[in-house]
Amino acid sequence: MPEIRVTPLGAGQDVGRSCILVSIAGKNVMLDCGMHMGFNDDRRFPDFSYITQNGRLTDFLDCVIISHFHLDHCGALPYFSEMVGYDGPIYMTHPTQAICPILLEDYRKIAVDKKGEANFFTSQMIKDCMKKVVAVHLHQTVQVDDELEIKAYYAGHVLGAAMFQIKVGSESVVYTGDYNMTPDRHLGAAWVDKCRPSLLISESTYATTIRDSKRCRERDFLKKVHETVERGGKVLIPVFALGRAQELCILLETFWERMNLKVPIYFSTGLTEKANHYYKLFITWTNQKIRKTFVQRNMFEFKHIKAFDRAFADNPGPMVVFATPGMLHAGQSLQIFRKWAGNEKNMVIMPGYCVQGTVGHKILSGQRKLEMEGRQVLEVKMQVEYMSFSAHADAKGIMQLVGQAEPDSVLLVHGEAKKMEFLRQKIEQEFRVSCYMPANGETVTLPTSPSIPVGISLGLLKREMAQGLLPEAKKLRLLHGTLIMKDSSFRLVSSEQALKELGLAEHQLRFTCRVHLQDTRKEQEMALRVYSHLKSTLQGHCVQHLPDGSVTVESILIQAAAHSEDPGTKVLLVSWTYQDEELGSFLTALLKKGLPQTPS
Amino acid sequence: MAAHLKKRVYEEFTKVVQQQEEVATKKLRLTKPSKSAALHVDLCKAACPADALQYLLQFARKPVEAESVEGVVRILLEHYYKETDPSVRLKIASLLGLLSKTAGFSPDCIIDDAINILQNEKSHQVLAQLLDTLLAIGTKLAENQAIQTRLVDVACKHLTDTSHGVRNKCLQLLGNLGSLEKSVTKDTEGLTARDVQKIIGDYFSDQDPRVRTAAIKAMLQLHERGLKLHQTVYNQACKLLSDDYEQVRSAAVQLIWVVSQLYPESIVPIPSSNEEIRLVDDAFGKICHMVSDGSWVVRVQAAKLLGSMEQVSSHFLEQTLDKKLMSDLRRKRTAHERAKELYSSGEFSSGRKWGDDAPKEEVDTGAVNLIESGACGAFVHGLEDEMYEVRIAAVEALCMLAQSSPAFAEKCLDFLVDMFNDEIEEVRLQSIHTMRKISNNITLREDQLDTVLAVLEDSSRDIREALHELLCCTNVSTKEGIHLALVELLKNLTKYPTDRDSIWKCLKFLGSRHPTLVLPLVPELLSTHPFFDTAEPDMDDPAYIAVLVLIFNAAKTCPTMPALFSDHTFRHYAYLRDSLSHLVPALRLPGRKLVSSALSPNIAPHEDPSQQFLQQSLERVYSLQHLDPQGAQELLEFTIRDLQRLGELQSELAGVADFSATYLRCQLLLIKALQEKLWNVAAPLYLKQSDLASAAAKQIMEETYKMEFMYSGVENKQVVIIHHMRLQAKALQLIVTARTTRGVDPLFGMCEKFLQEVDFFQRCFIADLPQLQDSFVDKLLDLMPRLMTSKPAEVVKILQTMLRQSAFLHLPLPEQIHKASATIIEPAGESDNPLRFTSGLVVALDVDATLEHVQDPQNTVKVQVLYPDGQAQMIHPKPADFRNPGPGRHRLITQVYLSHTAWTEPCQVEVRLLLAYSSTARIPKSPWIEGGEGPPQVDTSIEGAIPFSKPVKVYIMPKPARR
Repeated sequence: MPEIRVTPLGAGQDVGRSCILVSIAGKNVMLDCGMHMGFNDDRRFPDFSYITQNGRLTDFLDCVIISHFHLDHCGALPYFSEMVGYDGPIYMTHPTQAICPILLEDYRKIAVDKKGEANFFTSQMIKDCMKKVVAVHLHQTVQVDDELEIKAYYAGHVLGAAMFQIKVGSESVVYTGDYNMTPDRHLGAAWVDKCRPSLLISESTYATTIRDSKRCRERDFLKKVHETVERGGKVLIPVFALGRAQELCILLETFWERMNLKVPIYFSTGLTEKANHYYKLFITWTNQKIRKTFVQRNMFEFKHIKAFDRAFADNPGPMVVFATPGMLHAGQSLQIFRKWAGNEKNMVIMPGYCVQGTVGHKILSGQRKLEMEGRQVLEVKMQVEYMSFSAHADAKGIMQLVGQAEPDSVLLVHGEAKKMEFLRQKIEQEFRVSCYMPANGETVTLPTSPSIPVGISLGLLKREMAQGLLPEAKKLRLLHGTLIMKDSSFRLVSSEQALKELGLAEHQLRFTCRVHLQDTRKEQEMALRVYSHLKSTLQGHCVQHLPDGSVTVESILIQAAAHSEDPGTKVLLVSWTYQDEELGSFLTALLKKGLPQTPS
Repeated sequence: MAAHLKKRVYEEFTKVVQQQEEVATKKLRLTKPSKSAALHVDLCKAACPADALQYLLQFARKPVEAESVEGVVRILLEHYYKETDPSVRLKIASLLGLLSKTAGFSPDCIIDDAINILQNEKSHQVLAQLLDTLLAIGTKLAENQAIQTRLVDVACKHLTDTSHGVRNKCLQLLGNLGSLEKSVTKDTEGLTARDVQKIIGDYFSDQDPRVRTAAIKAMLQLHERGLKLHQTVYNQACKLLSDDYEQVRSAAVQLIWVVSQLYPESIVPIPSSNEEIRLVDDAFGKICHMVSDGSWVVRVQAAKLLGSMEQVSSHFLEQTLDKKLMSDLRRKRTAHERAKELYSSGEFSSGRKWGDDAPKEEVDTGAVNLIESGACGAFVHGLEDEMYEVRIAAVEALCMLAQSSPAFAEKCLDFLVDMFNDEIEEVRLQSIHTMRKISNNITLREDQLDTVLAVLEDSSRDIREALHELLCCTNVSTKEGIHLALVELLKNLTKYPTDRDSIWKCLKFLGSRHPTLVLPLVPELLSTHPFFDTAEPDMDDPAYIAVLVLIFNAAKTCPTMPALFSDHTFRHYAYLRDSLSHLVPALRLPGRKLVSSALSPNIAPHEDPSQQFLQQSLERVYSLQHLDPQGAQELLEFTIRDLQRLGELQSELAGVADFSATYLRCQLLLIKALQEKLWNVAAPLYLKQSDLASAAAKQIMEETYKMEFMYSGVENKQVVIIHHMRLQAKALQLIVTARTTRGVDPLFGMCEKFLQEVDFFQRCFIADLPQLQDSFVDKLLDLMPRLMTSKPAEVVKILQTMLRQSAFLHLPLPEQIHKASATIIEPAGESDNPLRFTSGLVVALDVDATLEHVQDPQNTVKVQVLYPDGQAQMIHPKPADFRNPGPGRHRLITQVYLSHTAWTEPCQVEVRLLLAYSSTARIPKSPWIEGGEGPPQVDTSIEGAIPFSKPVKVYIMPKPARR
């Protein structure tokens, strides 16, 4: 029985460390290779020893696919390929290929230089790892080998995020990675055609949420920034370098443009500048508006947003500053925050979720006095705002994607178990497909019934067509022929041709059957009665009474004879060839019921 | 070379035709062989299929006369039978189709052949083309029932073809020709009609998506031709909504819409339940579902169609804006709901904290339905769509639905306001316009107003002006709202001073709509103090004027308000009432006699006397023929003066007054011209005086063109009179020329032309002739036979007496008439700094003008630039330069490119707007021209142009190029 096996090494009923093993029709594919942000020990990387204890990974895996450049989807890649050892192909989209090494390098720096970890991958390893990457275009079908092919679909979420279809023969799996079904200011919505995969592996971060319209959020955000700036206050927006930061930049930039504002906007430099460069390049991956207008002006060439210098923080007058990191736990954003916190005219806008313990979380929960290092107490007088800008699909979006792809079954990853359970029920209820949600290390086995293509000889097809009416798309037709299985190919040919090809002589196969009937009359009379009975029952067939006393129905022969022992019983001999099996067995069954009693 | 020769040959042939034209009997014989013979020779010469194809292609470029079509068709058919190459046969088939479309040719003679060759054809492509040809023939012979039935039979026979192209064409044929059920047709035909629907319906499940699409399209075609579709189609179409192919889904959405409009009230069951709903509701739900389709083409289609489903029940309609939010399985309120709550609780603009939107009650997991089959949230999705085409379609649909349902309008307000912040300007603009259209049904809440007003700072002028328009007709609920609007508008004014006029106008309406809300604001706005005198504001400050405009307009219906004014306010009122009379209404001010007595007492009945006055003065004029010429002239002069003054005073009557005044002026000129001494004295002596008469004739012509084309709302009965006047002017012209020129030769031509004009007039206005009793034309037509045969001198004499005797025609006044007018806002013509540019290069001049009551400005309005050397340049603005901010109003914002050789010093050029007109009807094009490769014909039908705006002078200075 052919089957698809799926084992999440990470992201099974969990967020972070995405890594899913899929074996489909004998091919093994690893989807994503991420790290977990919550751990600093071995648990931060997936347990690759699950794949093979001894022996090279390359022998077991046909390919690795990375959906997008977030570290929880690609963070373990250098460790996996260089330190554990994998030499096979790694597939990702062009933007991911470009931005991924920057983030990996940044991650490495923090881990090694700041935290002083040993036994971590080196810069060289990142470079070596990236050399194994094969970049793919959207909707390009890539043949990994003769049978395995993959295809990327647009996923929104971040620049270059893609969903992948993995296909072997007629079986296929679609892995969504992270995706967003509502378009935003710089990215479009995820889209997949009606590819009807055997399995859809979907993320489910917001499995139990239905979000409000993005316009209200945007409007609120802009209004707040605008009001503060008009009052002469300063606005601090702590962000992570990639993804949402660009979204907010575009949002502010267009607003500034529209409203003709002159207040400076700054972006703290470093990582972002490099990334912005790639955003400018990969225009095709952005949304309709940016794609349409980039000839006049590339939206990522910000006119109003300038690089930030440390000294600017003390400048008088209003300004807007984007600073990293996003949770106000360290770095530039925290420094600026300290400087500005005392003035009630200023404002800080938290555009995302903050982990407990960070300054961001404290101020969001309403704390107005913060203890900083060295027993300083910082009084927060500035306004604190929270604004959620998330780029994941909500429950409706997930359902919409399932509806678009029409899979045979669904598997949920990248979410919390409790929330997944709700969505799983909903999917099973509304689409009537089976839905799974394995935990890490748990294997799901899906039996599949792949369709097998069979070639048919033209001669046979034409002959069959000549017999009946035209073929109709959705009607099954019965067809006689011989199936030849040779060198893993299937052909349907006419029996004569099959005999010829195989060099066999034709054998005739005849079935003969005796039917005993209680009757005292003569054989001839008996035959006549049989004849008239059959003639009246089988209207569409050619029934004949031959001169020698036998009856034929098409090519089936019926003879009546007297029983050798009991003269009161007559024996009907029914004989038919193998080809007429259907009719023949019908006839015997009919005759066994006996002849109708005639009044004579 | 060969092609050239052939061309020559053709030319000769056509010449032959023209020469022989009078011999009608021979014509056919001569043309037929010539045209077809050439083709025949060519085709026989062709050695290989490629050559033959070339000949056919060349042949297709030339038009064929209706008489020779049949011959050509015979030749083509003959070759068709012989031809073995399918591509040549294909071309012949397509030519047959083209030929049968020729005007004046009846293709029933070739139908048998066409059907014949169809039966023997093997190639699918050729078959498809032949069916196309049959379609062309069938549409031409739409009246012939027998042929229609025959063609339908042929189509049905080929429906089983294996090629999708052939099936496509068959379905198309069925859709276009399938007989319609009419009460007069016999039962048998009724049967075939029902069959057609069933046959087409069977192909909804064809294996090829193109055929499925064609089948749906054919069904739609049947509907368009007036066949009533059966309700069973609905279920079939519903199945197609989940088709794999977007074009099928898109067509299916259309079909469902059509059926829902046909059977809105029938009841359909809801699958998997026992309930039943109205068909239109069901269809609405299904189309709503398609708004979240995978293909944007389908989404646009669905969103567009939603707008026109007005019969849908309000329950379903309101669902489209509904989206149940939840977070972590707990119900959450939308931002809209929160805003509303904040507002109703009396609290305004609180800083939102984290967790303010925290979810409240738990949601029952079983009850949550993630994919609504119904209309839920369709517009929420549509308005958030990735493609702006879908968003625009959704906004339009919202607009249409909101116009028909006030309750829905109230609900969709939040969403429309949100769209004001869309990233694409077109969408923003569209939503502002939409809001304006539904503004009768809505009242803006303060928080909504806040968002609306924020857009006032938009850098796009279109957006700002659209918003001003919107504010003009918005209802605001509170006095804070008014204050807010005023503050924002003033902010807008300081940021973009060019918006001045638009803002003043906006405040005018805002004030007159909300007098009671403005009242409590007055002391604050005028910064008056109960005890102290405050400084007198600067009268020239546009912001101060804006405030005054608001207050004065509010005071018009609020008599208590003037009590709050301080002394200088009254003075400013008097000043503004005079300088900006269109913005400041007349007020009744206590204790002030100067304005109050004359105008204000009762405004409403005031219109009637002026109307009466107009009528009376016109009636007086129409009794004209009984007066002596001198008296008539005087009366006309007085009346014209009266009318002009009336037009100035009463803006509502300006159009009528001007129109009638122009007409009277024409009459006056005519009378004056006929009074000339010229007529009584021998011709050669009065060469100089004749100037006056001919000038009068010319001026009458001009005035009649103005009357015909510069007024909107002119009806046919006026057009007759205008043309009649023009005819008189032409007669006058003829007489003057006759009297002043020596020799008879030029007169012949002129006479003939004039008689042609009379003939043309008669043909055009044959229906209106009875009302022209006793007029010039009436008499003229009586004498027409005589005129035709007389010599020019005699004609002139007759005309002269008739002109004198003819009665003055009564001009019936149209209901609604408005004079087209234009004001150039920019360039203002005040600048002393010349616009410098290098000679030989161009400089772009921004022109901004408002046009009122211009019909079809895209085609008629031109910009004229007049250089000091007398050189005039006419510029055709692009259609996209015209905007339509309101009914009857247009706005032209364009750039005019100026260029000239070097000048020694700066000089002024004149810029003005012209209204181009053409009285000739456009001749329909023949199918040959669009098929051929000939250059697109330039529309050069502009006959003349009337200037209709004041010229503006622009100071320019082309400098010599520096080397």
